[in-house]
Amino acid sequence: MSAAPGNSAARMSDGGRTTITGRAWTFGRDIDTDLIIAARYLNMKTAEELAAHLMEDADADFPTKVRPGDILVAHENFGCGSSREHAPMAIKGAGIPLVIAKSFARIFYRNSFNTGLPILVAPAAVDGIREGDTVEADLTTGVIRNMTTGKEFQAEPLPEFMRELVAAGGLLPFLKGRMAPK
Amino acid sequence: MGMTITEKILARSAGKDHVEPGELIMGKVDFCLGNDITAPVAIDEFEKAGFDSVFDSERIALIPDHFTPNKDIKTAQLVKQMREFSKRHGVRHYYDVGRVGVEHALLPEMGLVGPGDCVVGADSHTCTYGALGAFATGVGSTDLAGAMATGEVWFRVPESIKFDFAGELGPYVTGKDLILYTIGQIGVDGALYQAMEFTGRSIEALSMDSRFSICNMAIEAGGKNGIIAADDVTKAYVEGRFRREPRYMYSDADASYVTTYRWRGDEIPLMVAKPHLPSNTQAAAELADVRIDQVIIGSCTNGRIEDLRMAAEVLRGQKVHDDVRCIVIPATQAIWQQAMEEGLFQVFVEAEAVVSAPTCGPCLGGHMGILAEGERAVSTTNRNFVGRMGHPGSEVYLAGPYVAAASAIAGHIATPDQIRSKEVAA
Ligand code: SF4
Repeated sequence: MSAAPGNSAARMSDGGRTTITGRAWTFGRDIDTDLIIAARYLNMKTAEELAAHLMEDADADFPTKVRPGDILVAHENFGCGSSREHAPMAIKGAGIPLVIAKSFARIFYRNSFNTGLPILVAPAAVDGIREGDTVEADLTTGVIRNMTTGKEFQAEPLPEFMRELVAAGGLLPFLKGRMAPK
Repeated sequence: MGMTITEKILARSAGKDHVEPGELIMGKVDFCLGNDITAPVAIDEFEKAGFDSVFDSERIALIPDHFTPNKDIKTAQLVKQMREFSKRHGVRHYYDVGRVGVEHALLPEMGLVGPGDCVVGADSHTCTYGALGAFATGVGSTDLAGAMATGEVWFRVPESIKFDFAGELGPYVTGKDLILYTIGQIGVDGALYQAMEFTGRSIEALSMDSRFSICNMAIEAGGKNGIIAADDVTKAYVEGRFRREPRYMYSDADASYVTTYRWRGDEIPLMVAKPHLPSNTQAAAELADVRIDQVIIGSCTNGRIEDLRMAAEVLRGQKVHDDVRCIVIPATQAIWQQAMEEGLFQVFVEAEAVVSAPTCGPCLGGHMGILAEGERAVSTTNRNFVGRMGHPGSEVYLAGPYVAAASAIAGHIATPDQIRSKEVAA
């Protein structure tokens, strides 16, 4: 299983960095976009403003507890609900470099790729990570290691098309590239 | 192997004869949409990427409906950005207060989307237009930026699930009850990434307004799109309204489905989805002990004329319970005018409900009816997530217009029959 060369904003922005290590915050299933960033904050649209309210309705103290570099780990259907790109923006704004989940809701999934938030689908890893564990993920191979327990997991591989999208630097550069020959 | 209606529309959009579920394609969109939350982010991305023109100024709608009439300065800035972008690029379908309505009621009503279309909107309830026999799905702001610039969007061709409903729905039971029932059965990710195709006698007997409610909530089961192939009801709605040529498409007899659910529509009761997921459903008649503070009748799910007529039918000659605020929100100006002409506002005002301007408003906890801590609402909207309508400690119960109106009178969750029998007893 070859996963995701460049399944990563980190790769796009930091040139070649494909390993992410961070402290895990764990969440259950069906974490909806209203929990990630409540609608009352959608009159804002910068990552910094939004990050100050990340996950507030799931855990009021979360914005003050989370530190840049921490990662999110969640069960099924992460990001269900609205199409708001403010959700991945708020996550990135808080300095969170990666979300690992058992599954992602579809608009959140595409928003993450389109905007360069690395996400990994890895059900076994989610079951094997507890809050506060230190987790290392290799975005090139999809190998996830729980450094606290020493257990290793494999994320699902990315389709070829998604790899092209990421390699192009996100959706808009990809589309521009397609337009260019005309 | 035959194709489903969803596969056929996507194949045409990708310029192919055939597509298979799982295939990733680049599709041409017939129409795209953004609102006052998603379009400003899309415009920022569009400009950052250096695009200088839109693919087709007639095929983009920018609809400020969520926080309008502008609720605060930040909102006013967002809407101004949309207005200026629309002017600059000649975007034809930008509408301000006085003309605007809730996007998913407005676009079909204006004939901007129709049968056979491939539509994307930077709003998850874009799936509403599937009721017209279109492929319509929600995307994010970056997708919208790309669609506005190039007219193209990437899609993963979804597997299809068929939902076949036999028998006609019972008294007071509407499309809303049918879709709440469906989500209750399969769960909020029961159709994740998949197309939800609705067929059967129960569907055929439904009005367009009820069909819009059904497809509207496909996303609440995780679906990529909901779709109902066009029939005479659709054609009657579309003709003289849709501004382009309709392309009526139908699933082949040998099309393949990952799952087929066959349910009896005539056995579905009036439904309610309890906090905090649309799948947390129960029969309305069993929830009479749930006291409420507010009722919302409106939104892209149930703010159409038929919904207002149903609410008025229950509220006529009645009073909203002393402990309840009842807010009625016609979804568009045309619906507002129709309701006014039919005398529905007289009914609402006499019942001591208030009628608002068209807006999403409280549906997403924006403005115009926010809940305090510990308060409970019955709402004809589509989401009851934590904090959806206000304080994270408030609760939303989702229902159709009949249950919402009956609950407004009773002060607790109620059905029209429960209201009637109380009247008889009194
Ligand atoms: S009415 Fe509610 S669900 Fe519909 S578009 Fe507006 S906010 Fe979204």
